[in-house]
Amino acid sequence: MIVLETKNINKHFHNPIDFHVLKDITLSIDQGEFVSIMGKSGCGKSTLLYILSTMDTDYTGELHLAGKIVSGRPQQELAVIRNEHIGFVFQFHYLLPEFSVIDNVMLPARKLGKKSYKEIKQDAYDKLELLGIKEQADKKASMLSGGQKQRVSIARALINDPAIIMGDEPTGNLDSKNSENVFNIFKDLSSQQNLSLLIVTHDQDFANKTDRIIEMEDGKIIV
Amino acid sequence: MTNYKVIFDITRTHLQTRLKQTSVAALGVTFGIGTFIIMMGFMTGLNGLLDGLVLNRTPHIHIYNEIKPTDDQPIELDEAFAGNFNIIHNVKPKESLVRIHNALPLIAELQKDKRVKGVTSQAIARVFYVAGSIQLNGIVNGIDVMDEIKLFNFGDYIVEGSGESLLKRTNGILLGAGIAKKMSLDLGDKINVSSVNGGVFPLKIVGIYQSGLAEVDNTQSFVNVKTAQQLLGEGSNYISDINVKLNNMDLAPEMAKELTKSFDLTATDIQTANAQFETGTSIRNLITYAVSITLLIVAGFGIYNILNMLIYEKMNDIAILKATGFSGSDVKKIFISQAVIIGFIGGMLGLILGFVGSVIIDHTPFNTEALPTIKTYPINFNPLFYIVGITFAMISTFLAGYLPARKAEKIDPVEIIRGQ
Ligand SMILES: Nc1ncnc2c1ncn2[C@@H]1O[C@H](COP(=O)(O)OP(=O)(O)OP(=O)(O)O)[C@@H](O)[C@H]1O
Ligand SMILES: [Mg+2]
Repeated sequence: MIVLETKNINKHFHNPIDFHVLKDITLSIDQGEFVSIMGKSGCGKSTLLYILSTMDTDYTGELHLAGKIVSGRPQQELAVIRNEHIGFVFQFHYLLPEFSVIDNVMLPARKLGKKSYKEIKQDAYDKLELLGIKEQADKKASMLSGGQKQRVSIARALINDPAIIMGDEPTGNLDSKNSENVFNIFKDLSSQQNLSLLIVTHDQDFANKTDRIIEMEDGKIIV
Repeated sequence: MTNYKVIFDITRTHLQTRLKQTSVAALGVTFGIGTFIIMMGFMTGLNGLLDGLVLNRTPHIHIYNEIKPTDDQPIELDEAFAGNFNIIHNVKPKESLVRIHNALPLIAELQKDKRVKGVTSQAIARVFYVAGSIQLNGIVNGIDVMDEIKLFNFGDYIVEGSGESLLKRTNGILLGAGIAKKMSLDLGDKINVSSVNGGVFPLKIVGIYQSGLAEVDNTQSFVNVKTAQQLLGEGSNYISDINVKLNNMDLAPEMAKELTKSFDLTATDIQTANAQFETGTSIRNLITYAVSITLLIVAGFGIYNILNMLIYEKMNDIAILKATGFSGSDVKKIFISQAVIIGFIGGMLGLILGFVGSVIIDHTPFNTEALPTIKTYPINFNPLFYIVGITFAMISTFLAGYLPARKAEKIDPVEIIRGQ
């Protein structure tokens, strides 16, 4: 079953001059597939990921998520789609520094509002346990180390049991041991929970271990 | 769909972690609202006091016989001179009585009128006050003291003795405070009053009258209307002034005109007699509102600034919230609710500050010769000021929060994430 699909996505930047950054991007990702995106710096990987995650709507072409067309929908609806179906992990962990770890993880689920506060809290503990940082739950997010923060943000991405997780160099800031750690977590999620993953990386070893590598060059997919 | 509980938790955390800035913003509102309440209470209290000083004891319509030349001189009435341009030099008023003709029927008529709340009549006599070798000239008002107390708060201006004691003693006098002082007279002393036509009447001082207007207190005294009529050597139908109090003061000018026309008397209304007074009141109100609104606007700018700063600090948070599925309007609500909470807490504290400040002023001693009945500063505790205050606080903080919150709503998360 296809989770995410694009048809002929094109994007231009107009400032300072017209720049065709993405050219005819057509790709699809199956359920449970672990895919990595590689390519030279500046080839448009992040730009593509922002479009796929529905945060950027300034493009032409079609984007389908879980069988439904997403392109052209209003912002309000896109926010709901992001909340429910997409987990995003950034290179810089991006937690709310004043909130506790557990509150950070709970936020998207509380926004979704499908479960009670107690159930959400239990889910959040379970996700933190899965990532081996349950004992940090009540600390303030700003107190954690970089690797710990990255794991918290993965837990947050998982909280609503999304259809797909996207990551923009999620291991870019981690040492090889932590990087390995995160890879194993991703691998388990895809094989055991049948979760789809789309991860941008510069790490050849990391990419080699994934199911499929998408190579990009100058805004085009070459493999 | 909005989950308000989450929104509120985020709001609360933002406010709590910035307690100092939040408090400063709230205190700005507190100060603005508190000052508004105190100023309004004090200014309108003062207005009320001054109104009382003049308006409470001023009749709405004053009827008397003014000595003036007749408008229609005889020559105008003679048909032989009709159409001519007649010039008369040295026109003088005809000698005429100050008394009001047929005063008693007129009073009866007025009392029947539905617009009229009450009528008092006076007989005014010019006299000399005599004590030992000193003579002072002045005016004695013959009054019905109970009517005056009831309609014109006369009792408030009796600083020693009482107005009612005039009823028990037909030869009592309520002496003007200035006269008493000049002549070293006190309650219970005797004073001789000599009338213009020579008679001397010994009167007993049963009260001291102080209006606060020196000019009045130095000349005016009050006696029973009968006594005044005797002083004048007139009968019991001699009335020189009629004072009318209406149920609705605004009808005074119209009714005064009506009376002047139908009775050939002079009737002046309170609005004409005190025109400058009204102006003073409205200008004081204007100043109060202007100052208060300025204070509240300044407080509003404080909130605007602090929220603007907060939003710049919170760019990353806003981007994360949006990336994880919070919509622009959720983010807007987070910041507007912060402003509204600041406004509400600051406003409530402002009401308390205003109330406490008002109570303190209300208990501050304020003694002045001019205002014998006033012992402390006047304060108006009108609940309307409190309602206006909190409403204004909420509206102005909402507006101050709305603009920065709109900016937060529009922030593009991609821009922030890319900028990292
Ligand atoms: N807002 C913008 N306006 C104009 N050009 C932009 C803008 N954002 C990105 N670009 C350009 O678009 C191209 C693609 O950028 P993008 O961030 O997607 O690259 P990337 O593949 O993620 O690179 P890296 O591996 O270094 O993260 C770059 O050449 C960049 O300069
Ligand atoms: Mg990039």
